[in-house]
Amino acid sequence: MKLSEIVRELEAVALTKEDCLEREITRCAGSDLMSDVLARPTEGILLLTGLTSIQTVRTAKIAGVAAVVFVRGKTPPPETVALAKAERLPVFASPLSLFVCCGRLHARGMTGLDGRR
Amino acid sequence: MASVSKRYPVRARDFLHAGEASIQIQAFLKAMGLDAGLIRRIAICSYEAEMNAVIHGGDGELEMTLADEWVTLEVRDAGPGIADIELAMQPGYSTADETAREMGFGAGMGLPNMKANADELRLESAPGRGTRALMVFRREAAGGGAP
Repeated sequence: MKLSEIVRELEAVALTKEDCLEREITRCAGSDLMSDVLARPTEGILLLTGLTSIQTVRTAKIAGVAAVVFVRGKTPPPETVALAKAERLPVFASPLSLFVCCGRLHARGMTGLDGRR
Repeated sequence: MASVSKRYPVRARDFLHAGEASIQIQAFLKAMGLDAGLIRRIAICSYEAEMNAVIHGGDGELEMTLADEWVTLEVRDAGPGIADIELAMQPGYSTADETAREMGFGAGMGLPNMKANADELRLESAPGRGTRALMVFRREAAGGGAP
């Protein structure tokens, strides 16, 4: 899916500059535990998480994550958004739960990190 | 090429800045033109080790050395040390406290991730004596070898 389609499907709003929206993303992870994310192949994926701490952005950079969507209507603290801007990581906020976000993207054909559905 | 070393201080419990050294190492290795897969493995190890020192350690230091045939990461901290290294290596085992868990850590995957991504991992630790983690990465599949 294009990132723009993902954003629309998840009713999300952009917290950083809206570029890279044409980028195609096929794999997605949903996790609040950062080392579980780092344990898997994460290059170019979408990360759905309820964890809004600054470490989400650092983990995403280390892991090569393409974009992050914060779920459950959470607003990340200013330092999280500031670092995402500085690191040019697109981050969004969705009012939907992690479960519903996963379900909607799965229904649109997105896979897990190992390509399974 | 002579080897290049970079050293960064690691401050215990400083969750706001934790991980900055690893992001800098990742950027440096990219600028040096290393293989993307190798950089990814090094960056994950560096970040996990840095976070371990922040979460569990006393103050410490992260040192990365880039040489022709290998890259090493050494993380030393003056923390409480690891009582049972074999247990700490088990996936899912964690002693992270509530604050660390709120920051997204405590999955019990830090040391297993380091072991999975480094060509070699050496852990030296004992209660009350801090922890030293040394990781070696070969730059080429063949040759190289540990320093």
